[in-house]
Amino acid sequence: MHELAITVIGPDRTGIIADVAEALAEVGANLADSTMTRLRGHFAMTLICTGPAAEAVEEALAPLTADGRLVATVRAVRPEADAAAQGEPFLVSVHGADRLGIVAAVSRVVSAAGGNITDLTTRLAGPLYVIVAEVDLDPAHADGLAEQLAVAAAELAVDVTMRRAESEIL
Amino acid sequence: MTSDLLDWKPELLGVEGNVRAVVTAPATVLGTPGEDVDPADPETVRLAADLVATMRVSPGCVGLAAPQLGVSARIFVVDVTQHPKTVTTHGTFVLCNAAVVEASRWRPGREGCMSVPDLTGDVKRAGRVVVEGALPGSGDPVRLVTDAFEARALQHEIDHCGGKLFLDRVAGAHAIYQRKVYL
Repeated sequence: MHELAITVIGPDRTGIIADVAEALAEVGANLADSTMTRLRGHFAMTLICTGPAAEAVEEALAPLTADGRLVATVRAVRPEADAAAQGEPFLVSVHGADRLGIVAAVSRVVSAAGGNITDLTTRLAGPLYVIVAEVDLDPAHADGLAEQLAVAAAELAVDVTMRRAESEIL
Repeated sequence: MTSDLLDWKPELLGVEGNVRAVVTAPATVLGTPGEDVDPADPETVRLAADLVATMRVSPGCVGLAAPQLGVSARIFVVDVTQHPKTVTTHGTFVLCNAAVVEASRWRPGREGCMSVPDLTGDVKRAGRVVVEGALPGSGDPVRLVTDAFEARALQHEIDHCGGKLFLDRVAGAHAIYQRKVYL
């Protein structure tokens, strides 16, 4: 059993997921975790699959990428167990005028405080740039990180909010 | 004290409001906590009338706060009477220096904002709130208890007065969306 990291990206159209998932199913590649979303008109899929060797999956996807519109990569990876969360979940929102390096600056500050970003989305809506990041963090470092984020936000002329992520387990 | 609010209507302001341009993010004023206002100040009364007038010409608008008109001040208007998710409503009203003093029944819901025209987001808000503030003009104190959509609208507007947008409260990295429906 192989574990594969697969990416597929191309201009959005109806049926990309159906085409890719069908091709994967036909060679016995089982989709485990994935994200599939539209990013500014491009459709982007990132998948971890288990099943056949990378070559078989590449071959199965080849007809889909033949016209050069979809680009696919397939790579064998070592299986990784989901690491237990370090610390507690926090949310960081950033919004402001779009400029170069906002994600770089904010993520560096988070990383320097020992925060692990587990999920991050950015949206550019006209002149407005928005980041929402989910961060696992030792709560003892939360106040310090909030202060450092405020300093970074002031330098970038953006607004930043950091708060605990709530999750109710039912 | 709630009876003052039920008797209140925008005509009591005694001035005709002007429709003003709505400021959109990323404008600095939207991220700046507003100053307290003097409810009796004629400038506050004019601002209250402008908020009402601008809300009324904006399709689907259920509330508007002074920072959205470019004024960093703690005053907003709310009118959820026409909204299908409304349960309790206090009609059209303007509140100065308002704060949420009790909040319960937290629930997620999707919000948009005239100042963030292209995005919506899932935000958890209290489904029941007690809000205290003052009426523009008279300065009469108001304590109101409300629920459902009016409670959500009040929290959204009070956030504006504190320099916060719904983007500061979204529930997660996958809780912001490109807006699909424009009113």
